[in-house]
Amino acid sequence: MIKLIVQLSSPSLLRSVSVDLNNDSSLLIDIPDALCERDKVKFTVHTKTTLNSFQKPDFSVSRQHEDFIWLHDTLVETEEYAGLIIPPAPPKPDFESPREKMHKLGEGEATMTKEEYTKMKQELEAEYLAVFKKTVQVHEIFLQRLSSHPNLSKDRNFQIFLEYDQDLSVRRKNAKEMFGGFFKNMVKSADEVLISGIKDVDEFFEQEKTFLLDYFSKIKDSTAKAEKMTRSHKNVADDYIHISATLNSIAADDNTALKQHLEKFAELLEKLRKVEGRVASDQELKLTELLRYYMRDIQAAKDLLYRRARALADYENSNKALDKARLKSKDVAQAEENQKQCLLKFDKLSESGKKELTSFKGRRVVAFRKNLIEMAELEIKHAKQCVILHSTCIDLMDSSFIFAVVQVRGRR
Amino acid sequence: MHFPSVFSSSTASPLPTLSDSAMDPPLPVSSSEPPKDIFSEPPADTFKDPLNKTSAEKAASGGLSKAQAAVPVKVAADEELDDLFSDSLGESGAAPVTDAKIAPLLDLGEEPQKSDVIKKDGNADLFKEPLGAMTKKPQGSLFTEAKSEAKAARPEQSNSAAADLFTEEAFTVTPVVAAAKSSVNTSSKTNGLHSDEEDLFAEATVELSLDSPHNDRRKREAAKPSAPAPSLSASASTSKPQPKTLEELEEEEKEDTFDLNISVTNPEKVGKSTTSLSMFRSKQFTVRRRFSDFLGLYEKLSEKHAQNGYIVPPPPEKSILGMTKVKVGKEDPSSAEFVERRRAALERYLHRVVSHPSLLQDPDVREFLEKEELPRAVSTQALSGAGFLKMINKATDAVSKMTIKMNESDVWFEEKLQEVESEDQQLRKLHAMVESLVNHRKELSVNTAMFAKSVAMLGSSEDNTALSRALSQLAEVEDRIEQLHQDQASNDFFIFAELLADYIRLLGAVRACFDQRMKAWQRWQDAQNMLQKKRETEAKLLWANKPDKLQQAKDEIVEWEAKVSQYEREFERVSATVRKEVIRFEKEKSRDFKKQIIRYLESLLQSQQQLIKYWEAFLPEAKAIA
Repeated sequence: MIKLIVQLSSPSLLRSVSVDLNNDSSLLIDIPDALCERDKVKFTVHTKTTLNSFQKPDFSVSRQHEDFIWLHDTLVETEEYAGLIIPPAPPKPDFESPREKMHKLGEGEATMTKEEYTKMKQELEAEYLAVFKKTVQVHEIFLQRLSSHPNLSKDRNFQIFLEYDQDLSVRRKNAKEMFGGFFKNMVKSADEVLISGIKDVDEFFEQEKTFLLDYFSKIKDSTAKAEKMTRSHKNVADDYIHISATLNSIAADDNTALKQHLEKFAELLEKLRKVEGRVASDQELKLTELLRYYMRDIQAAKDLLYRRARALADYENSNKALDKARLKSKDVAQAEENQKQCLLKFDKLSESGKKELTSFKGRRVVAFRKNLIEMAELEIKHAKQCVILHSTCIDLMDSSFIFAVVQVRGRR
Repeated sequence: MHFPSVFSSSTASPLPTLSDSAMDPPLPVSSSEPPKDIFSEPPADTFKDPLNKTSAEKAASGGLSKAQAAVPVKVAADEELDDLFSDSLGESGAAPVTDAKIAPLLDLGEEPQKSDVIKKDGNADLFKEPLGAMTKKPQGSLFTEAKSEAKAARPEQSNSAAADLFTEEAFTVTPVVAAAKSSVNTSSKTNGLHSDEEDLFAEATVELSLDSPHNDRRKREAAKPSAPAPSLSASASTSKPQPKTLEELEEEEKEDTFDLNISVTNPEKVGKSTTSLSMFRSKQFTVRRRFSDFLGLYEKLSEKHAQNGYIVPPPPEKSILGMTKVKVGKEDPSSAEFVERRRAALERYLHRVVSHPSLLQDPDVREFLEKEELPRAVSTQALSGAGFLKMINKATDAVSKMTIKMNESDVWFEEKLQEVESEDQQLRKLHAMVESLVNHRKELSVNTAMFAKSVAMLGSSEDNTALSRALSQLAEVEDRIEQLHQDQASNDFFIFAELLADYIRLLGAVRACFDQRMKAWQRWQDAQNMLQKKRETEAKLLWANKPDKLQQAKDEIVEWEAKVSQYEREFERVSATVRKEVIRFEKEKSRDFKKQIIRYLESLLQSQQQLIKYWEAFLPEAKAIA
């Protein structure tokens, strides 16, 4: 078992998902440091600000994943933000798969040479580190999106999250609440189905709805497929390790002219394996992560649409209630008031929703552009490196190959 | 399902099932023998035939065999059948002859059948069935003539011929002919399903059919056309190897092309394979060979040369599973791969044989390369009596190997043997790893294809035009990359994994030659012990003063002294050969590996270059997103 204590100094090294953030320097947040112990990851959240709502211009606090979730949930539940796309909560750190692999590797240790084992272990550690970095990164992005949002950055809870220098000691959800949350989700999705039947008055939202629904299912599929693809790419890279190690041990026993060729071949494969590994991890970072992030973001946008649709339904119900009240001429004023409130809320939601969705679209396109370009460039870079590796190796072998042939002929 | 009906009508006997056919083998008797032929031929056919067909065929074949068996052989009937057969052949030939190329393919298919037939014939002779003789001759002539036509015709019809037989009444005649032949031949079993298996089954009976008279050959030929379609036939065209110009031959380029086409027409599937091995400089030769012929060649060579310490290159193994797939499967890429794999392996095998200076001079090799028809390879089947004997031999060998304790006088051999053994293990390990690479790469290819599809869908629902375009471009790029991975996976396999598989087999042969040396040593030691004993008896006789027996004892001593020195010389000779062979083997190996590694690297290089192209084409698309 590896010890899962990883200290991270500069997580922003790899920024896989670009979010179109405002270049507003009044509130800058980053996570310069994180510590992983067992299942718990402690993030150091560092804030630099010029806003006077904070007591100090520069401070750091330590936060755990659950704190982030708490922040996200309170934002979602705040009525005021119903018309906003709440940045998706960062996913729970998942160290299971590298850990499991590490376990498997430990079991298979006997079948491998020491060298092979060390390499495999290194690979896994690198993988683990990558997962860790990615985790830190998504948490950072979550905070940065909040800080760059004109309304959300002023949220009280957000500021507490950033500033309060004690443990937030967010209560973990107990079983009842978990169940409650589950139930709420059920109700919500049932409600969603019911409401979705209502024809929207606004063309924009109607379109958005069909688009997002469709897009969500597609991007979800693509994410899963991309994940599979990168994983199998990684497998190929790992195979090179084994092959290279075995070639080396064959070369060690060989004392003919073949020896050096086998060694060269093994060496090449060792280099190739690194490059292929990079290709896989870059794909993961630039492509899979992008898709994954936007899958969650689209979910957030869908939630916004849901809230608006709910408000619309509420408004229509209040209309009906008003009609009824008028008919019976009872509680008319109250009903009128209620209807007015609903309309107000709905209009507000529609207005900010439109703005949010439009900016979301722009943000998505920019992010895709950036990542696709970066990925293509990286692919080209890696492939070029492979080409160089291959051709030098072939040249080396060819020259000695010809030499060997000449020798053989000469002997004849 | 026309087939079953046709058969049933022709045979009038209830269709025996596969099991029946399998059971038949025990009947070496004339009656039983027919089934064999039938089986062998049908199997080939079945080879390519979809399962249904195969089963039908099997049943049919079984039925035929039974019918024949049941009915005291009717020569006349057979002849008639032959006629029918020939007619059908002629027709078939007339039809699609146009494609010369196709024809060879068909020929191949036919040939395998031939070989089967031959064996059967041999069996028949052994058994001395009147029918066999009668039928053979007529068939032979008919067939030989028909053959060429049939070959030409088959291109399309290889399938059709077989298929036709079953499907169309006119052709149904042919099956009958086959049956007749089978009856003639003593060969016992036919597996409709597996050609390979066919061999296995046939073996038991085949052993009997060691003789291959010329008549048989004819029959074989006849059989070829008649046989629905033995799938694996390899035609190797070689310029005649002239013993004197062996060296030249070595230097000559040999091009092997071996195509196996599997086409499905109607319900039947027939496979044809062609190998043409042409050595330029002199005439080109094309012969058609069955897979089992290759095995037969190996048997002959190893019988003759292995004991002298030569490393006889082993042929690729039979793969019942793969073959069954080929026979049963339709246009399945995996069966195409199997066929290509076998083709390539046979090609390499021949190259190895031909590049061995002593083996190249062997008359059997030349016969294999240039003779029109080859007696059906015998005893290549695992279950046959010969196979059984072989197994027993092997077992006793293994036992004696364990019991023989050779105090090695020559360190070189000891070290080499150890080297070979450890290398064998390493290569096996490496091979397993390369196989896993192949699998992982295939997986990657599949996953890439799925991703490509998914991205294409995503692109179609993207509402930003430029991004949508870029996504569908990405899908296209991924699609191409998928192809790249797939090609690379087959390169991994054909260039790298197969090389290792070959050498694992070859190392087995190397070990076998060490064993031969040990055996020679053992013989020598035994002789020495015997001599020692004889001397002791002489001493005893002297002591007992029995002059009458003394002379005999002395003679024996002289005799054994001669034997000892003979065996010692033999041992020395084998040792020298083994040493030479191992050195030669190592040289070849290092050349082979180098060549293949470079080829492999080149294939990797190429796919990376393609990759660069694809992504470079994509880059502007990504940049165009606005």
